[in-house]
Amino acid sequence: MLHIVNKSPSERNALDSCLRMAKKGSTILLIEDAVYAVTKGSTVESKMKAAMAKDIHVYALWPDLEARGMQDTVIDGIKQVDYPGFVDLVADNKNVQSWL
Amino acid sequence: MSESTGGIDMDEESSGTVKKFAFINRKAPYGTIYALESLEVVLISAAFDQDVSLVFMDDGVYQLKKGQGTKAVGMKNFSPTYRALEGYDIEKLYVEKESLESRGLTEEDLIVDVEVLTAEEMATLMDEQDVVMSF
Repeated sequence: MLHIVNKSPSERNALDSCLRMAKKGSTILLIEDAVYAVTKGSTVESKMKAAMAKDIHVYALWPDLEARGMQDTVIDGIKQVDYPGFVDLVADNKNVQSWL
Repeated sequence: MSESTGGIDMDEESSGTVKKFAFINRKAPYGTIYALESLEVVLISAAFDQDVSLVFMDDGVYQLKKGQGTKAVGMKNFSPTYRALEGYDIEKLYVEKESLESRGLTEEDLIVDVEVLTAEEMATLMDEQDVVMSF
């Protein structure tokens, strides 16, 4: 399934809840303020790496990354998608959970 | 002071009184309206010749991140405005060290020159203010 997160990891616990519920093979898409979770050297980096090590695919929406100036220090292994890529992720997954 | 003027004393007899104002910014720039609204109020406050400090902590430090480009999301990129604050005599910008570090950022990642303060130093700065406005 696809998990979508839109809240900053340092303000809300949406990302933590998502990571707790995401299973091997599932996909996480970070949008809006959740894209701050992709930053190398941040305290969230270890959590994101642990998720990817469990075979969870992590994507970030690049228009939101670019809006916030966060496009240059993205953790290795996190893929970036544009709006059509977002649509593909929704279409390719059986169901979607939005962690608001 | 009879009217509510946000702590600014507008009486004739006491005109010229300068108070210490701090604007505390704790929200990321685009996910909510807080950052933009704060900037609007700060720019208005510049007209009152008060002693204005801008504080950035928690996700507020993201407001000053270099390299913001909002064309693809169709929103206004207001980050260049922080560079114009100097022209309004707003020169006291403070960033909390702990907030920067936990987000993997350094002073070099910021669009303007700031003074980086530890949490303890920031607490002292806040304590010294006459008026604290929270965003």
